[in-house]
Amino acid sequence: MTGHAPPAERGPALVDLLDRLLAGGVVIAGDLTLRIADVDLVRIDLHALICSVDALVAAPLEAGS
Amino acid sequence: MNPTQARYLYAYAVVRASDAVAGALETVTGVADGPVRAVRHGDLMVLAGPVPATDHGERQLAEHLEDLDWLERTARAHQRVIGAAAAVAPSVLPLRLATVFHDEEGARAMLGARHDTLLAALDRLDGRTEWGVKIYALGTARPAGTVAVPPPDAPRAAVSGRDYLRRRAAERHAAQEGVRREDEAARGIHTTLTALAQETRLHPPQNPRLSGQAGRNVLNAAYLVRREDGPRFTSAVAQLAERAPRDGMRVDLTGPWAPYSFAGTDASPESP
Repeated sequence: MTGHAPPAERGPALVDLLDRLLAGGVVIAGDLTLRIADVDLVRIDLHALICSVDALVAAPLEAGS
Repeated sequence: MNPTQARYLYAYAVVRASDAVAGALETVTGVADGPVRAVRHGDLMVLAGPVPATDHGERQLAEHLEDLDWLERTARAHQRVIGAAAAVAPSVLPLRLATVFHDEEGARAMLGARHDTLLAALDRLDGRTEWGVKIYALGTARPAGTVAVPPPDAPRAAVSGRDYLRRRAAERHAAQEGVRREDEAARGIHTTLTALAQETRLHPPQNPRLSGQAGRNVLNAAYLVRREDGPRFTSAVAQLAERAPRDGMRVDLTGPWAPYSFAGTDASPESP
């Protein structure tokens, strides 16, 4: 999971970016043929995302606390 | 990409129609390593690019959104396009991640149907940028010395059940008091920064496991700031950040961002 650290050359930290891309931006409805990014779906996705991160990093964090 | 492969159109942002902006986007690589082009309708255009339909249908996107590596690649590509647009366009209205149209006709129809709302949002965000401020409470300013700790050599029997419960209650109270003071300090910072901003938006606190940051994330806020007020805002944050350790806090600034957190508030009624 080295790809998810926020080194400067990669731009903003992924977590800050996701705050904005998954909860910000205009949500288009209506004529759009595919609409993915509604709020409920995003909440589920973020939950899954956080769980997947937890599974990968839980051990060292818990060892240190 | 195989030219016979079916394509959808991944949309990044809406901007006012401009040859200069369209031209500047020609060299940018978007989602799925695809090109970016401007789809015009009247005085607006949507910045969009072809993506393989096999990978960007509704079901596939729902699956991909739960794949952290896909999500990161897509989010960074989305941000790259928005950043390139923001560098040349006075106002950029970012769209939510993974907004996909069947084709250009669908994108044009959207611009037509929502023309007035989109234009009003572009006007509202004109010349404004977003700054992110996060405050972490480090737990170091919790009141110390309020709890009497028995000397280590005190015989265990000397601590009665009642004393033990009393001590636990005092510890709990001290911890609650510490949290209250941290929240108060964070509110004070937020109030100061709100006075320098046009609008504010609070994001949920970040999961420390996702952010990798120590401490309790007590504030995760976005501030919409006039471009000319940017230096005043960032120096205010710098001052607050310098003072924060005395209150057991850390203040982090991110940005400037395109106004992601403010694009959707008034600008996008859910029903057309």
